[in-house]
Amino acid sequence: MHEMSICEAIRQTLEEQAKAQDFARVTVVRLEIGPLAGVEIEALRFGFDVVMRGSLAEKAALEIIETPASAWCMPCARTVAIEQRFEPCPICASHQLQVTSGDEMRIKELEVE
Amino acid sequence: MCSVCGCGEGEVRLEGKPVGEGHAHSHHHHHHGHDHAHDHDHGHDHDHNLGHHYGQGAAGTSVPGMSQSRLVQIEQDILAKNARYANINRQHFEDRGILALNLVSSPGSGKTTLLCRTIEMLDARLPMAVIEGDQQTSADAERIRQTGVRALQINTGKGCHLDGHMVGHAIEDLQPEDGSVMFIENVGNLVCPAAFDLGEYAKVAILSVTEGEDKPIKYPDMFAAAQLVILSKIDLLPHLDFDVDACIAYARQVNPGVKILQVSARTGEGMAAWLAWIEAARAMQVAGNPRLQPSQQDATPSHTA
Repeated sequence: MHEMSICEAIRQTLEEQAKAQDFARVTVVRLEIGPLAGVEIEALRFGFDVVMRGSLAEKAALEIIETPASAWCMPCARTVAIEQRFEPCPICASHQLQVTSGDEMRIKELEVE
Repeated sequence: MCSVCGCGEGEVRLEGKPVGEGHAHSHHHHHHGHDHAHDHDHGHDHDHNLGHHYGQGAAGTSVPGMSQSRLVQIEQDILAKNARYANINRQHFEDRGILALNLVSSPGSGKTTLLCRTIEMLDARLPMAVIEGDQQTSADAERIRQTGVRALQINTGKGCHLDGHMVGHAIEDLQPEDGSVMFIENVGNLVCPAAFDLGEYAKVAILSVTEGEDKPIKYPDMFAAAQLVILSKIDLLPHLDFDVDACIAYARQVNPGVKILQVSARTGEGMAAWLAWIEAARAMQVAGNPRLQPSQQDATPSHTA
């Protein structure tokens, strides 16, 4: 989806952080993206290079940490690992799942100079 | 978007005017030319932001031969900025007892037709206002205005969704009245609008029976984010192979608690349930609101159109 908007939001955050934390260049951007975040990693990489041109993060490396997704299974009353939203519980096959993680879309850290 | 208030996002227009026009911004120049994927204008004129700021490293000074590289922990949601705008909108709606509904669907699901019919049927009962989101044209806002309800068009230009900032400016212009129902018709798109909170009370996903019954699992993010799913155009069911039960099962697969209503705006079938849902949600939103008179908090006719 909207990977370009996401890259623009990243760029704004970097520009704000550059003022707040006093740095002039970003060399590495490290993101945490969950499998349920709706982000296509390849499209994000493409958008990142385009959007960061002319910014303080031009040519910065984009590192993506893919976080695991999990859900609370109501019948099993336990946390289970899932890969997509519509998957059944891997133990009891129920769909009574509440996603508890996996939709992260965060800027974890930056390497700056 | 600019880094101060998010204004000047490419081609976004409110009723044909650029977003943010009218407030005093002088900082829009720095992001032109790279908002979108126009590869043709990325010449070699884009290094002005890098500058030569030697004194801005960690040490606040520059020492030749000494690296100023360091790690900065951010731990911030990428869409945190949108969340901030959305929260401001949500607070505005809460304070004024406004029920904001974010209507999402693919293009052509009948959102505008459903909305026009809803407005006609609710007209004497509740004050209403509409924000229409489309990439281009103000045709939908004009359709809504013909019902007598105030509507404001947001054109997102190349954007594929409304965001919290656009809606915030639309509220400023539209000034929905206290205790009203604010319908926000998002851009027809089952993907991106799922991720952008507008400050609404609920997302209502509209799925027409002329689409596939497996839409909920093809676009699970949207159906997981919705509190209500409306199966629209059900008057066409006799002519289609659409499997209603399978569709409902798919929707529950991604969102076990979701409420599903079957509606035809054309024949009026199921409309009563949808109106009852709106009135119940509005009652929740206005209950005990100190700005509203008790009579306004009833869903009884207190508003004359």
